[in-house]
Amino acid sequence: MDFEEKKIRSNPKPLFLIEPQRKFSLGLRDLWIYRDLLFILAERDIKLRYKQTILGIAWVILQPLVTAIIFTIVFGNFARMPSEGLPYILFVFAGLLPWNLFSSSLSRAGGSLVSNAGLISKIYFPRLLVPIASVGAILVDFAVAFAVTMILMVYFGIPFTWRLAALPYFLLITLLTSMGVSLLISALSVYYRDFMYALPFLIQAWTYASPVVYSMSIIPEQWRWAVSINPAIGFIEGFRWSLLGSQGLTREMFLISTISAIVFFVFGLIVFRRVERGFADVI
Amino acid sequence: MSSLSFRIQNLSKAYFITRAQSGKKAARYKTLQQEILSIPRKISARLQRQESDVRETVWALKNISFDVHSGEAIAIIGRNGAGKSTLLKILSRITDPTEGRAEVYGRVGSLLEVGTGFHPELTGRENIFLNGAIIGMMRSEIARKLDAIIAFAEVEQYIDTPVKFFSSGMYVRLAFAVAAHLEPEILIVDEVLAVGDAQFQKKCLGKMGDVASQGRTVLFVTHNMSVAAQLCSRGILLNKGHKICDGPIQEVVDTYMRTTANENITEKTFHPSRRSAAQFTRFCLRNRQGKQTRIFKNSEEIIFEVEYEVSAAISDDHIGLILERADGLTVIKSVDDDDGLVLPTNREPGKYITTVRFPGNLLNEGVYQFRFVIGKRRGVKHDDQLGFAFEVEDWTNYSDSSAGKRNGVLLKPLKWNETRIENSQLKMSS
Repeated sequence: MDFEEKKIRSNPKPLFLIEPQRKFSLGLRDLWIYRDLLFILAERDIKLRYKQTILGIAWVILQPLVTAIIFTIVFGNFARMPSEGLPYILFVFAGLLPWNLFSSSLSRAGGSLVSNAGLISKIYFPRLLVPIASVGAILVDFAVAFAVTMILMVYFGIPFTWRLAALPYFLLITLLTSMGVSLLISALSVYYRDFMYALPFLIQAWTYASPVVYSMSIIPEQWRWAVSINPAIGFIEGFRWSLLGSQGLTREMFLISTISAIVFFVFGLIVFRRVERGFADVI
Repeated sequence: MSSLSFRIQNLSKAYFITRAQSGKKAARYKTLQQEILSIPRKISARLQRQESDVRETVWALKNISFDVHSGEAIAIIGRNGAGKSTLLKILSRITDPTEGRAEVYGRVGSLLEVGTGFHPELTGRENIFLNGAIIGMMRSEIARKLDAIIAFAEVEQYIDTPVKFFSSGMYVRLAFAVAAHLEPEILIVDEVLAVGDAQFQKKCLGKMGDVASQGRTVLFVTHNMSVAAQLCSRGILLNKGHKICDGPIQEVVDTYMRTTANENITEKTFHPSRRSAAQFTRFCLRNRQGKQTRIFKNSEEIIFEVEYEVSAAISDDHIGLILERADGLTVIKSVDDDDGLVLPTNREPGKYITTVRFPGNLLNEGVYQFRFVIGKRRGVKHDDQLGFAFEVEDWTNYSDSSAGKRNGVLLKPLKWNETRIENSQLKMSS
């Protein structure tokens, strides 16, 4: 032990170096050191979200449920959208489950850096934690919505099958895509706030481009390949397949969303780390 | 030989400021319309790979090098804009240097502002965990020190109340308490002591002294020379991004005071950045004859004049003057309604000029500094700007001291009175 200590003292290595334009790294060591902060930030997001509301945590259940009911009335009853023989509300709810995870990640994590500008310009911590914690906080909403889905499935008498085992995989795909896109948007909106303003439109357009309220069967056969390029289709149909046994999922969708999830995540991470060093100067 | 904490080599930081190319002086604010109209020009310029705007480089820090050994307490001093905060931001890894490097040997805790990350809706206890984690503590570490933190902050009864109901004093005490219980090998502090009451400031200073005496390193940025001298053994003086001197604290403070006094300015102007509702635009000092000056006779009245711009109507706001001696000792604080209110506290948008008169025959000779603040009595500051140094000369003629000068903050002829109450000759004989 003594020998070890002496060696360290005679040949001291700096704990870290401060240099311009460091080589690219993911900064995993710092992420590990600050791991507690991730949970505390996520906890803060959750605690703050429903402070000073009367219904409090009930909003977590109400939000997706009310959305599903509205969609059911508008698209199921009036527009009479086909739902592959499933109860329309369940059909929509199963689609909303991953879609809400994705879209609220985008809207919350997308602006997370800008809304935490005070922190970022005053103190060092791995900036990645901010958008990751926002996405983490949304997972709580997801868990609640998932429980509601289970209850609906029991109510409508949909059997639980071995396909449920594939659900974690689709959840992972959803998370990777959400995280990748959120990282991109949050980092870029530090420099150009335009991204924050464009985001609601992006989400809205993406919602209608994805089979949340409709089934893939309403799209003419010859155009399905074009629609499948949308990376969100794979996980939405994936969720429906593993929960309800719907038949919308094709091999192409599955592959496209798996590959695009990885690409988005890696690309988002790289862009984020590249531009991260300048945040404090421009935020 | 103690071990190294920092090795800083040729550290430099540049900021780029863009300015419109057109020969005319660029307007300070662009309207949305102007912004939109300039888009095609910018795009075409970018396509042709021309710079549509001139990029000016401003060096906030230039070629700074020094070593810090563990156990040293170093004060970084200098005027506003000297680069002190930039240096701290680089050393605490908030921003990157443009050139040069710094080797850091040890865990760094930086306190560039107390209460960073405090959230008004969360309770005191929740904020301790949040703030602790942000400055780099583990949850278990915070839990272990929770009682000590609460006791240090003196907020036991309110710890489960949202901090939005805290007084500003409680808020600051809690924030400092969390930071004081972080145990980094290197502590970086930026003038947090400017807040809180005198007793708490003393407690904070004590805590920082403890940190230094335990063999840990303290880097401290301050305007307050007496605090610097009290807490630190070594000083580094920065001016306009350059290191001016580095050595024993007393020498550095003396150099600072000499350079401050030598600056020959009688007014200071500011460029409002429109981020807040009310901003100062100009400070100056006048004598009774209305002449702008920075040198006053001891007997002369000093007139502080401040101009400011209100861009959005403000209500219930006050202007305050803080007068300090060059070593940081506060001479007086004054608020615009001290003498029973003459000024309106609701101000419509526009430009204003305000004066404060400081009576003659009161201040002792020396170099003084002043500062104006505008904002709510306890809370949001719209603006806070340091003025410039001015001198008071002693033209009195007291012949008691061998140096010809008396020390003390005040120099005022006081009324003396004497009566003979007993005849000592009677005593002698009895």
